[in-house]
Amino acid sequence: MYPAAFEYHAPGSVKEALGLLGKHKDDAKLLAGGHSLIPMMKLRLAQPKHLIDLRKVPGLSGIKQDGNVLSIGAMTTHWQVESSALVKSKLAVMSEVAGLIGDPAVRNRGTVGGSIAHADPAADWPAAMIALGAEMVCEGAKGRRTVKVDDWLKGLMSTAVGEDEILVEIRVPVLPASSGAAYLKFPHPASRFAVVGVAAAVTLDGKGMCAKASVGVTGAGTKAVRAKGVEAGCAGKKLDAAAIEAAASKAAEGVDVQADLQGSVEYKSHLCRVFAKRALTEAVKRAGG
Amino acid sequence: MATVAADRLFGKSIKRREDPRFITGRGQYVDDLKLLGMTYAAFVRSPHAHARIRKIDISAATRHPGVVAVFTGKDMTGVNSLPCGWDLRKEKKVPGVMQDLAIVPHMPLTSDAARHVGDPVAVVIADSHEAAVDAAEKVQVDWEPLPAVTITDKAAAPGAPKLHDGAPGNVAFKWEIGDRAATDAAFKGAAVTVKKRIVNQRLVANAMEPRACVARYEDATGDLTLWVTSQNPHVHRLLMCAFVLGIPEHKVRVIAPDVGGGFGSKIFLYNEEVVCSWISRRLKRPVRWTASRREAYLTDAHGRDHVTDAEIALTRDGKILGLRVKTTANLGAYLSTFAPAVPTFLYGTLLNGVYAIPAIHCEVTGVFSNTTAVDAYRGAGRPEACYVLERIVEAGARAAGMDVADLRKKNFIPKFSGAFQTQVAVVYDSGDYGAAWDRMLQMLDYRKFRAEQEAARKQGRLLGIGFSAYIEACSIAPSKLVGALGAGAGLYESGKVRVHPTGMVTVFTGSHSHGQGHETTFAQIVADKLGIPIEQVDIVHGDTGSVAFGMGTYGSRSASVGGTAILMSLNKVIEKGKKIAAHLLEASPGDIDFSGGEFRVKGAPGKSVPFGAVSLTAYVPHNYPEGLEPGLEETSFYDPSNFCFPFGAHACVVEVDRDTGNIKILRYLAVDDVGNVINPMIVDGMVHGGIAQGVGQALWEGAVYDGQSGQLVTGSLMDYALPKADMLPMYETDRTVTPTPVNPMGIKGAGETGTIAATPAVVNAVVDALAPLGVDHIEAMPLTAERVWKIIQGAKSAR
Repeated sequence: MYPAAFEYHAPGSVKEALGLLGKHKDDAKLLAGGHSLIPMMKLRLAQPKHLIDLRKVPGLSGIKQDGNVLSIGAMTTHWQVESSALVKSKLAVMSEVAGLIGDPAVRNRGTVGGSIAHADPAADWPAAMIALGAEMVCEGAKGRRTVKVDDWLKGLMSTAVGEDEILVEIRVPVLPASSGAAYLKFPHPASRFAVVGVAAAVTLDGKGMCAKASVGVTGAGTKAVRAKGVEAGCAGKKLDAAAIEAAASKAAEGVDVQADLQGSVEYKSHLCRVFAKRALTEAVKRAGG
Repeated sequence: MATVAADRLFGKSIKRREDPRFITGRGQYVDDLKLLGMTYAAFVRSPHAHARIRKIDISAATRHPGVVAVFTGKDMTGVNSLPCGWDLRKEKKVPGVMQDLAIVPHMPLTSDAARHVGDPVAVVIADSHEAAVDAAEKVQVDWEPLPAVTITDKAAAPGAPKLHDGAPGNVAFKWEIGDRAATDAAFKGAAVTVKKRIVNQRLVANAMEPRACVARYEDATGDLTLWVTSQNPHVHRLLMCAFVLGIPEHKVRVIAPDVGGGFGSKIFLYNEEVVCSWISRRLKRPVRWTASRREAYLTDAHGRDHVTDAEIALTRDGKILGLRVKTTANLGAYLSTFAPAVPTFLYGTLLNGVYAIPAIHCEVTGVFSNTTAVDAYRGAGRPEACYVLERIVEAGARAAGMDVADLRKKNFIPKFSGAFQTQVAVVYDSGDYGAAWDRMLQMLDYRKFRAEQEAARKQGRLLGIGFSAYIEACSIAPSKLVGALGAGAGLYESGKVRVHPTGMVTVFTGSHSHGQGHETTFAQIVADKLGIPIEQVDIVHGDTGSVAFGMGTYGSRSASVGGTAILMSLNKVIEKGKKIAAHLLEASPGDIDFSGGEFRVKGAPGKSVPFGAVSLTAYVPHNYPEGLEPGLEETSFYDPSNFCFPFGAHACVVEVDRDTGNIKILRYLAVDDVGNVINPMIVDGMVHGGIAQGVGQALWEGAVYDGQSGQLVTGSLMDYALPKADMLPMYETDRTVTPTPVNPMGIKGAGETGTIAATPAVVNAVVDALAPLGVDHIEAMPLTAERVWKIIQGAKSAR
């Protein structure tokens, strides 16, 4: 299919991009890789009159360590994360998540910021960001502000980014000692999006008990959510198989599970529990538990 | 370096000569064509599964910038319905007809009602593709939505919404094959009988290149050229000229250039190419149309879609006594070109399989529904037959308490050559079913697997094995027979060999390569036969302007039928060459041998003349036999005496994830017997691709219509799951070789074996994996993780 006609802009700075966004408002869409937006435009599900491509904006791409945090530019591609030596040494689970996205073509072109701003309910990044406690940095005319991941996802393909703002950076804290994290998903056989994906990050105390568990669930509902019941079930416990099973049994709570061709509400809820168990088991193992 | 045929190229895995242009993006496809004054077509399609057309307002679309014209069905006066090329009617004396085929109209642009989502109702022609697409959105159709039916076993139910006035109850035809009384008798006395519902879901072919056409009318000469993604350009021309547009066949040239796959879906005459041809004549400008992937999903003929109740009768010790099959076949909204043949003569005739079954009866009801038309898709009827038989045979083995492998072996038709009369009309050409089976079991180490499975089951793992012993019917012929069965066409093939003065050779074949590698395999035959380097041979196909005639490529017929036609012409070339050589060598033609590219006088070493000298003499006939025509060019038409019947044995080992229902294929084994093989690498590729499609049907693929709205909900590559490389195991393959006596090269056909064999092997394996839970049958495919998980839950709660 051919998209409806649109005007293409390639600003050279965030300021210029914000100017275009302010000018065209609802008629404009930001392009950050295009692996979700372009297919929607080709199907004419999205018909923006102005496309503001961020790929020529300097400084929006790349990964660096900033103290205890990995700073990922919004225009960093999935492949850059997947292949980054820094990510592999400091927060390897991020590299693993990136490697599970789509296929090599998607990973070479699609960006972390694009995915997080698009907030597809079956995207992989949101679950990982929840488990890792990421923060999103948005820039607007008045400067920058930081949004915690728990405040970021508002609903189906809806986030906290303002109409006059651009997501410029994702800040992901490095896990403390005695921690482990894992992301496991059941991929859609056609699209490879997550039918259900669960990310878990676990930190153990000196006695091998769970000091902190952080769990994100994606795919099943209209947006990725924090599995609070699972986290509560883990806290303070010795995470053996039985404890993990008990905690994981809460994985579908708070998820507005949607039925589709890939699964009924019952099945997807079940998958939430199965993948929560598997992700927690792997995370605990990696934490040295 | 020249590939000199010092020894035979037949049987050698030489690399495909066409691949460099394909893999470097230099193939020339229909959509690559750019013509002066080109216009672009965009079709306005029904968003409804079933709706009456009250009114179509084209005014806004006509005013859109760049629009040249807008047409609806009412404009196309004098244009006829797309024809159905297979006539199942009693008056035609077609065997087995219980209720005549309802030949319903299928207009290129429907003007009364739309009968499936995607049914074209208008077309916009513009100076650019973009303008055409934009303007198509401005065509206003006043729809009156009607109730729709998409589900196969509800389409002919009482009260179902009626699609066509000419098809009461939505029944397209009723047909039977086999002996009903003998089958009833066989069941009556049987110690073991099993009946199962077996559903073969609807598939979408998904050729890599979407359909496309360019029509160019030359006002000065009255010639029309149609470039189209076709597997059989001559058939396209014949159907379009003689039946739909009523234009003289000799004024139309159809060219199918490089075509990126078809799997059957590009055999048929479609609305769009007819409409573009008609418009080009009307506007006197070239018209191009290329399907989007969405249009491909909605309008390319779909495949399969059978609901079957199958019954098998056995003795207590596992001898098959009878098979009874009752199938409802969903043909979609209209009759596609060969639709009635697929669930009848390409299906019922294969139900004997590789087994000595004393009594078989099969009854098929074809039904119309508010879905895309269904026609031949890789295997076409034969996969459906094999699926039914191989599933019910395993169900029978379980009911008889026998091992599924042992029961099969017990029932195989013993080795034969020449003829085996089945219970379902066809006569097999040659077969040694036990040999392929034994080789497969040996590669598998079956007893060892069963021991491993036992151990795995004790650990709670769900490990299973499934088999499939298949037979396929290829190169369907002779024409006289298929005519008697209702075909509107013959099933021969033509092959012309043109030897140029310098000894270079151009071959014109009526077969059409859209992935099969004919430019390589046919050239191997020619290089061998003439003893010349393969580089001296070019294969031309896909152009009615240069090829004498052709029935095209489908049904695994190209090597066996098209290849034999070329071989016949090569023999004629050599015979004529002998006469010329004899003259040059001052010998008698009867004393001339031809081998290794040299004509030699028998028993006179040193007295010889090379092929190139003979070809030059044929065109510069100064010293030439009296009365012999100059030139060296021969044409042959080959009409085989019978079908060829490849066969083989496949096995699949799976593990089911108890928690999710997900299936992992651990091993896949295939031993195929396709007769003699020209190029083993190319045949391996066909086997691999076929298995991938067969596994795809078993596990992931399926065209799903919403039962209420009639929308195709798996209408994109994001939703319709095609197999990807990392979802498949490394195949373990081998071949046995039982040449066919039907054609001189002993070639049977290899294009469809995998799609026929793989699907039942995979599903049987999953049933076996779930057997410890008490599961003895799975009705529907694909075996999505959820479907399997639900079966596991159901089995758990039943215990």
